[in-house]
Amino acid sequence: MLVALTVATSVAALALAAWCGFAAYRDQPTKDWHFIGMGVVTLLALVQLIVGVVQLARGEDPEQGTTIFVAYLIGSFACVPAAGFMSLGERTRWGSLTVAAGGVVLAVLEVRLYDIWGG
Amino acid sequence: MTVTDDEPRAGQARQQQQPRQKLITGPGILLVWLYGVMVVGAVSRSAVQISTDFGKAPLAYTLSAIAGVVYGFITYSLVRGGETARKAALVCCAAELVGVLGVGAWTLAEPSAFPDATVWSDFGMGYLFIPVLLPVTAVFWLRRARGQSGEPA
Repeated sequence: MLVALTVATSVAALALAAWCGFAAYRDQPTKDWHFIGMGVVTLLALVQLIVGVVQLARGEDPEQGTTIFVAYLIGSFACVPAAGFMSLGERTRWGSLTVAAGGVVLAVLEVRLYDIWGG
Repeated sequence: MTVTDDEPRAGQARQQQQPRQKLITGPGILLVWLYGVMVVGAVSRSAVQISTDFGKAPLAYTLSAIAGVVYGFITYSLVRGGETARKAALVCCAAELVGVLGVGAWTLAEPSAFPDATVWSDFGMGYLFIPVLLPVTAVFWLRRARGQSGEPA
């Protein structure tokens, strides 16, 4: 596990949460720029998924088990895109708030990933 | 053509034409998202625990699995929509609230019965208290949805 990458992903996820939370506060739906932001966060999660799998392939072992580690990697990758799709169906402030919640969930998943790896 | 969304009567007339009342508009979408997250969390967690190490804490893992099933049913009901689904979801939310309060109190009163945590341990503290906040929010939302479909709230 690259600690720097985990921290970067968490911070990006929280920034996305704040940004979309602000949009919800201003009664706005998610816009193109928000989706670009979601893309960036998702890309970070994807890089982490790849790095995690590579490290497993090298024979490194997560402290709390490989299955759980991989499940959390996949979950953290799918989290923000799933919320993004839901905000496409709900073009109100509530769609924005859903993406904000997705960002918070991702940040929590990152902390859990760190624990599972045993950092 | 202009649609007067603000007028309750217009909404009511439109409601009668719709075969099924939607439960995932507005705040409902956020509820579905959070319930979805809890489904994935509870089901995958209990699946891993039951398949690998069931003997360690059978009670805790079984309770997590039950929680996952309840969350799954509520999520499905919300997505499906309609009056029957709304009532079913309302009953399940009440059961969920009883479950999280009961199990939460149980884990605090008798920690020895739980060698490992459940989703509902300590009132869902490991999940940012979402398990205890979610059913309360959902009950409010589902009751409000009834007001919209019948007489204006």
